[in-house]
Amino acid sequence: MTTTSPSMVHIKTTVNGQVHELLVPPYMSLLDTLRELIGLTGTKEGCLDGNCGACTVSVNGRIVDSCLVLGAEVDGKEVDTIEGMATPEGLHPLQQAFLEEAALQCGICTPGFLVAAKSLLDNEPSPSEGRIRHWLAGNLCRCTGYDKIVRAVQKASTQ
Amino acid sequence: MVATFEPKTDYKVIGTRPIRHDGYDKVTGRAIYGADLTLPGLIWGVCVRSPHAHANIKSIDTSAAEAMDGVFAVITGADMPEAPDKLVDLGEGNVNFKWASNKLMAGDKVVYRGHPVAAVAAVDRYTAEEAARKVVVEYEVLKAVTNVVDALAPGAPIVLEDLVGDDLGEDVTNTNMAEHIRHEFGDVEGAMASAAHTIEREYNMQMVHQGYIEPHNATAVWDEEDRIKIWTSTQGAFTARTQIAGILQVDVSKVKVTPLEIGGGFGGKIPVYFEPIAAILSKKSRRPVKMVMERVAVFETTGPTPGGRMIIKLGADANGKLVAATADIWFEAGANPGAVIGPAAMCVYAPYEIPNTRIDCWDVVVNKPKTAAYRAPGSPQVAFAMESAVEELCQEAGWDSMQFRIDNSSREGTRRGDGVLFSKIGMEEVLEAAKNSDHWNAPLGDPPAGKKRGRGMANGYWFNIGLKSSVNLAVNSDGTVMLIEGSTDIGGTRVSMAMHVAEVLGIGAHEVRPSVVDTESVGYTDVTGGSRTTYATGYACWIAANNLVDELKKRVAILWDISEDDVEFSDGVFSSKAESEKTIDFKELAGKLADLGGPAISTGSVDLESAGDGFGLHIVDIDIDTETGKTDVVRYTAIQDVGTAIHPSYVEGQLQGGAVQGIGWALNEEYYMEEDGSMANSSFLDYRMPTSLDLPPIDTILVEVPNPLHPYGVRGVGETPICPPIPAVANAINDAVGIRLYNTPMNAGSIMKALSK
Amino acid sequence: MHPFAYVAPVTVEEAVAVLDKHGDRARPLAGGTDLLVKTRANVWELDAVVDIKNIPELMTVTVGNDGLSIGAGVPCYQIYENSEVAAGYPCIVDGTDIIGGIQIQSRAALGGNLCNAAPSADGVCPLIVHSAVAHIAGPGGNREVAVEDFCTGPSQTVLKKGELLVSMSMPKPPANFGAAYTRFIPRNEMDIAVAGVAVSLVLDPSGQNFESARIALASVGPVPILATAAGDSLAGKPVNDESIAAAAALARDAASPITDMRGTIEQRRQLIEVLTGRMINKAIERARG
Repeated sequence: MTTTSPSMVHIKTTVNGQVHELLVPPYMSLLDTLRELIGLTGTKEGCLDGNCGACTVSVNGRIVDSCLVLGAEVDGKEVDTIEGMATPEGLHPLQQAFLEEAALQCGICTPGFLVAAKSLLDNEPSPSEGRIRHWLAGNLCRCTGYDKIVRAVQKASTQ
Repeated sequence: MVATFEPKTDYKVIGTRPIRHDGYDKVTGRAIYGADLTLPGLIWGVCVRSPHAHANIKSIDTSAAEAMDGVFAVITGADMPEAPDKLVDLGEGNVNFKWASNKLMAGDKVVYRGHPVAAVAAVDRYTAEEAARKVVVEYEVLKAVTNVVDALAPGAPIVLEDLVGDDLGEDVTNTNMAEHIRHEFGDVEGAMASAAHTIEREYNMQMVHQGYIEPHNATAVWDEEDRIKIWTSTQGAFTARTQIAGILQVDVSKVKVTPLEIGGGFGGKIPVYFEPIAAILSKKSRRPVKMVMERVAVFETTGPTPGGRMIIKLGADANGKLVAATADIWFEAGANPGAVIGPAAMCVYAPYEIPNTRIDCWDVVVNKPKTAAYRAPGSPQVAFAMESAVEELCQEAGWDSMQFRIDNSSREGTRRGDGVLFSKIGMEEVLEAAKNSDHWNAPLGDPPAGKKRGRGMANGYWFNIGLKSSVNLAVNSDGTVMLIEGSTDIGGTRVSMAMHVAEVLGIGAHEVRPSVVDTESVGYTDVTGGSRTTYATGYACWIAANNLVDELKKRVAILWDISEDDVEFSDGVFSSKAESEKTIDFKELAGKLADLGGPAISTGSVDLESAGDGFGLHIVDIDIDTETGKTDVVRYTAIQDVGTAIHPSYVEGQLQGGAVQGIGWALNEEYYMEEDGSMANSSFLDYRMPTSLDLPPIDTILVEVPNPLHPYGVRGVGETPICPPIPAVANAINDAVGIRLYNTPMNAGSIMKALSK
Repeated sequence: MHPFAYVAPVTVEEAVAVLDKHGDRARPLAGGTDLLVKTRANVWELDAVVDIKNIPELMTVTVGNDGLSIGAGVPCYQIYENSEVAAGYPCIVDGTDIIGGIQIQSRAALGGNLCNAAPSADGVCPLIVHSAVAHIAGPGGNREVAVEDFCTGPSQTVLKKGELLVSMSMPKPPANFGAAYTRFIPRNEMDIAVAGVAVSLVLDPSGQNFESARIALASVGPVPILATAAGDSLAGKPVNDESIAAAAALARDAASPITDMRGTIEQRRQLIEVLTGRMINKAIERARG
């Protein structure tokens, strides 16, 4: 850190159910806090301006672009990332459906899509195709044309 | 002598849909992509970039950056080794090391906006970015040229003063024209003069980007042995190694490239950008250096595909047979020579049999990022021109355009525009499937109030490449097989490689464990590009698996104390020719190998010609809001000859993904250039790639005309699907509202403007 | 980006004090969807960001007999998911549920949309046609500014050194009131308005005549435009195609767009006319219930 840097911010945050207490640079994004300080690199950087959704995580149950949140802002909050989606019992139905439906090609957008889709199904168990497409409009995929992603979410929604 | 194969249908593994092996890591966030890598002592590199598209560098002052706490190294163009003026083939395009080096880091002149002029390595990314802002560069700004017409105009600013252009073999200097090529067959003028119907149209297209979601990245260690280790997201570890070694002027064996998971490429991750810079920063700082590109720089400085200008003229006789065609094609190369004019010439007439043809292409240097391969590079552009012109010709002559395409279809023996004769191809089968498809025969239906609906279709073509691949196999004692390959997996090829091996060995796809490894762990393998991986690396897998069977026959011979010639293998079971009840299956044998001569391994390598020509046809229905010009795609079907679909889900995925990239290109995507040579819309917000909400389901019809040049009939699949959408949308717009658009993007503004005329 | 400090005050006074101390080198942080993009691009070089989301007044939505008040830091989703807002102020929902995607709406604040002062802001024209007022706190005390007067140019507002937008409030609509907003974008979400139009109107009890109307235009001038002549033209007119077309034409005249990467002057003018007609009709529909 440069000597002129402003003071670090002390935060205590719960990530995927685990409490992390750490000092973050005040200008550091939540994305970098997760990737660089906590070591969770499943959340991806795509654009750093909130237009691709690759960095989607959930904060207190709402999905956000973690590139547009400061690490300092999640003090006392619950953050859920792709790494917390599977449980010891196995993959989340969405993860399983993405595998079975071949809903990923390169896979870089997949964590963001899965976190976003999970937040949809958590609140609306049986969304229409249109609703799925609307909910996922903040997540760009350049490989699949979305067809198999939408089908995978539909498949998981019926389970 | 090229081996040919009879088509088969009785597959056990080919044609099934197993879960991809690497999928588990990718749905859990565990997969390590380039930017995810960390190493002990890692620091971050950031480039200082030119705000001007065309300028002389007067001076660079790095002292303030160097003085900052946490800064380890600052480099400029002066730190780049002098690279030779030498052309090297990378499979999907060539690289000239001198141009490539200048492109990565400017010497005394910047030739595109965002051109790196210096780079900084610091303790973390934020510090490196801050330090980069402290590098002071003085520029003498020059006038920029940003399109082919301006660049070729008399008195145009010259982008590269030492460029020697090649005009049909003649050297040209003081020019932005890098190359002019021509292909001519038959009596074009005579046939055109005799044609009952002719049409001549001009088309203009804007530059577009591949739009992969993962930014470019690289991590480098230049160690004390002067060995350079690179971790990166690349479409080809070996071609990256070739470029890095060439630019850094070291032997290829000094460079080890470890390909990490790659977040999309579409051709754009064949060139290297950060790798040599990170290596030089590492050499200077004696630390591992990681660089991750900001999105603006991805747009402004990496691999778009050319825009340009095309003039197409077609002539047909009174019976609706094409008799002559001419094409004049000007493509913008970007700031260094090398627009994809060769492939454009190969593709422009490919779906048609035309006896008399001429093609002239010009490669034009402009102050924009150097273009790179993008999915069927050069073909979508010429498909837009050709398929639009065909539709208009049919309209003017009163012909059914589906029947016209069938009547004029290319087939085995047809001469392509560049002279190559087609072997067994599936254009006719694709047309037949399209004509009989649900979509083509379905009524248009009624659009919502205020909108008009139209249907369009178009052909598309890509020739596909073969080239070199290497794989290794090794048998585990539990009956599984390790598959080591050099093809980076950009969209699910590990599973299709494993399926090739499993099919031969008579085991399950999940009993083969595929790994993509570094350049020191497998033989040379060309890029994942040109639709070659499933074809060529799959072919190498097939050879390696058959070699493994031969090796295992020797072990069975030891076990039964018979001659290896007396061992047969079928469906995963070895048997004795003499005593047919004597059998042992693959798994059981694997458990006994330790006592039968030890580890069983095999290799396969290939160097192949074309992966078999791929033809497709897409059908699209659109609704247009006649008051706003807004276009909604409401139904879409992609039909393609895929040879044999190894893993149909991923073949469908290629068709769907390519179609959607084409739809984006057709409707909204473009480099919107300001006068000063800057790109105004260098963000995902304003570049406007399609979202899930902009699309209907993308239906696919897989036509399987097995490629006789592959043991399972594989053809290249991935690239063809981006070619038909642009003209298909143009034709649908015409069908819906009667206007004909000759430029891309065909956005709402263009449609409104045309409607108001 | 320039390294900045993070401050999270819990009162308006504290926030104002920090903003006043740093002047234009500090900015309030609500959703961060503009602020972090601009600091990262070095459009803004800040020494401090002031996270206002711990200040209760800035995070509250109140719907009552005197109207609707929205704290400046309230994210879009808390506005459009509020059933009372949805029932009584659907035009505000029109403007907030189309900003970015779901992720952006979890964070982006309507107050931030106003302070960012983009001519294309989807949230601002609905506030204008609802005759909303911006409540500002500052070192010299509190003041109120009509929302149509809040933006003074692209990225420019009436906010002075140390001043903080606290909330936006609007009166409870009268009977026979209807309002609606839409924009034109090339995609279906995740886009910036090429042109946008909000309309509010009051019909007479018969529902057959306009009593009054307000029309506001986005993305066709340096600031969101209140097209007064267009709105006034409807007053006293019968509800028919002719009066709607006349108002739409006047809205078109009120637009002063530029040509840029998002659209041309001619396209934007035509869009304003088309969208104004559509929004008048939608507002009539809502007014008639």
